[in-house]
Amino acid sequence: MGSKESSNDASETGITRRSLIAGAAAAAGGALAGGALKATELAAGAGAQEAADPTKVPGDRPQTLGSRSPHETPEKLVSGSIGGVTRTPLQDLHGTITPSDLHFERHHHGIPRIDPSAYRLLIHGMVDRPMVFTLDDLKRFPSVASTWFVECSGNGGAGYTETPRPDMTPQELDGLLSCSEWTGVAVRTLFEEVGVHDDATWFLAEGSDAAVMSRSIPVEKAWDDAVIAYGQNGEAIRPEQGYPARLLLPGWEGNSCVKWIRRIELSDRPFMMRDETSKYSDPLSDGTARMFSFDMDAKSLITYPAHPVRLERDGFVEITGYAWSGRGRIDRVDVSLDGGASWGIAALQEPVLSKSLTRFRFGWMWDGEPAHLMSRAVDETGYVQPTVAEMQAARGPRSRYHYNTIRGWRVAADGSVTFATA
Amino acid sequence: MRGRRHARMGPATAIRVVLATIVIGAVAVGCAAAAPEGAPTEAAAPDASTSTGPSGPVGGTRPAPGSFGFGRPAMPAEIAAWDRDVGPDGVGLPPGSATVTEGLEVYAARCAVCHGVDGTGGPNDVLAGRLPDDGFPFATDAAPYTVGSYWPYATTLFDYVRKAMPFDAPGSMSDLEVYGAVAAVLLFNDLVDDDAVVDADLIASLRMPSRDRFVPDDRTGGPVVR
Repeated sequence: MGSKESSNDASETGITRRSLIAGAAAAAGGALAGGALKATELAAGAGAQEAADPTKVPGDRPQTLGSRSPHETPEKLVSGSIGGVTRTPLQDLHGTITPSDLHFERHHHGIPRIDPSAYRLLIHGMVDRPMVFTLDDLKRFPSVASTWFVECSGNGGAGYTETPRPDMTPQELDGLLSCSEWTGVAVRTLFEEVGVHDDATWFLAEGSDAAVMSRSIPVEKAWDDAVIAYGQNGEAIRPEQGYPARLLLPGWEGNSCVKWIRRIELSDRPFMMRDETSKYSDPLSDGTARMFSFDMDAKSLITYPAHPVRLERDGFVEITGYAWSGRGRIDRVDVSLDGGASWGIAALQEPVLSKSLTRFRFGWMWDGEPAHLMSRAVDETGYVQPTVAEMQAARGPRSRYHYNTIRGWRVAADGSVTFATA
Repeated sequence: MRGRRHARMGPATAIRVVLATIVIGAVAVGCAAAAPEGAPTEAAAPDASTSTGPSGPVGGTRPAPGSFGFGRPAMPAEIAAWDRDVGPDGVGLPPGSATVTEGLEVYAARCAVCHGVDGTGGPNDVLAGRLPDDGFPFATDAAPYTVGSYWPYATTLFDYVRKAMPFDAPGSMSDLEVYGAVAAVLLFNDLVDDDAVVDADLIASLRMPSRDRFVPDDRTGGPVVR
C-alpha cells in the first residue's frame, strides 16, 4: 500500500510525508478490522499488504505453524504420476539442508498412508529371535543422528553426454538429490536385539507401499552405519520420505534406502528382486552389467550461476554449488572458468560432513567475456569426479545410473547461462 | 562411538571408562559375542575423593547388546503373511501351475492393457523381445530392456508380478493367475514352448539368457574411474 506514491517522491531516507500518512491509514485499517481478520490470511500473506514502512504498523501475530514469505515460492518439479518423481529446486536453496517439503521423491507405486499406531517392523529369517517392533519400540532404543544426502542413482542422466540439452536447470538435471538430518535407531542395534546369525550375509528390506519395494542389502552395511530413520530435520519423517520409518543407508543409492519399511529378512544370499536386477544395475561396454552398485561416487554441481539465470553485469559473481560423496568426506572442489583447461580451489562450507552435501563457493570477477564454468569434486578416497569422456570410456555411452560426471555452464557475453558438459 | 572425552576425570574413573568403552566398542563392530554374558556395562559410582568433574562413560550407559527387551516375538502366522518374497533358488514359490494357454487368458485380462497384446507394446515397460545371439549391447547401443534380453532370473518375474501387479490393483492376483501371467511373458520371450506347464520347478530351473552377464560392483573409490 502506498508504495507507488512513495516511490514517486521518495526522499533519500525513504521516509516521506505521504508514506507516513499511508502507514497511519494502514495501521488504522488494521485496528478497525480487528478480530475480523483471519490469522491464517495474515500468516500466509494472502491478501495481506505490505506496509511502506513496517516499523510503523503492528506486525502479524504468531501462528501455530510457520510459513514461507509469500515472495518465496520454491517448488518441486513433478514428473509422472504415482510412479513418478519430484525434483528438488537446488538452485533456490542456501547452505546444505533441504527443507523437508522440498525433498525429492521417487516412488514406485505412490505414497502409502500409514497409521503410525498400526506400524510394525518385522525382523526374521536367519536370526535367533524373530521379532516385531512398533514405532514406539523403535524410538525407545538408543538413537543415532547425522546429516546425510540421499540421491537417486538415476539422477543426472541427461548430463551423461557431451551434447546435452542446453536449457536444463539444476533442478531438471540433478534435482533427485536432497540432504537432511536423519534420526533413528542403528540397524545394528536391532540386529543385536534379534540375534542375527553369523552366517547371515544379506538382508531383504521391504517397504509397505503398493510396489512392496524390496532391496537386498549386505549385512556389513548394518554393522557399519545403516539406520531405521523416523526423524527428518527435527520432525517426523514426512509421508513422501517414508513415514513413519524408512531405511537410510548413508552414501548409498536412494532406491536402496527403502521407505515405509515393514520387513527385514536375514539370509545368506541376495534375493534378486526386480529393482536390483532389471533396474538399478549398470550395463558396461564389455557386455556385462554391474549389480548391487550401491555407493554414490563423488560428484559436484554448480547451482549458481546456472540456467536460466542471466548475469546482469560484469563484476563480482559468487559461483556456488554442492559437492558430495557416498564414500566419505569431500576433500576438495575445483572450479574452472575455462571449460577445464585450468582450475582453482573452491572454499568449502564448514563443517564438511561425511556422506553429506558440502556447499562450495568460488569468487569470480567476471569480465563480461564468454566463460565455461565447471566444478570437479575430489573425495577423501582420492576419487576425482570424471569427465563425461572418461566415464563413457570406462562404462560405455549408454550405461545407466551413477551419472556423476563433471557438469558445466557456459556463460555468454550477454550473461545468459546454458548447460554444457564439454 | 562419538565424542569420547577423558579430560577432567580421575585416573581410576578413566580406567573404568576405558573398560566400558571396550564393551561399547564391541557393539560398534557387531561382535556381540565378545561381550560376555552379564558383562558390566555401567561404570561404578564415581569416587568422590579423586573426581570432582563429570564421571562415567560419555553418553551414559546402555544394556548389553541384544538385551534391551523392546519389541515382542514374531508369531509364525504374521511372518508367513508378509514373507512372500521369491528367491533366485525358487524358495518362496507357491504350489500350483498354469499352462501357457491359461496364462494367455490371464495376460489378456490383466496385463495387455499396459504391456500390449504380446508384451511388446506400451504404455508401460516392454516385456518381450530377444536380441540377436542373446547379445548384451546395452551400454553401447539402444536396446530394449526386456525380460528375455535383460532379466537374469525368472523368479524375479514371479515375485514382482505377485506383489506389485497389475498396477491398478497390486497384489490382487491369485498364485495360479501369477503363474499364468509368468507363463505368458515367458512364451512371448521364447523362453517356454506353447505347450509348457509353468510351475515352481520350471521357474527355478529356467536359465535366463542374461544370467551370466551380471557382475559384482568393482568400484572401490580412489583414483580409478570404473
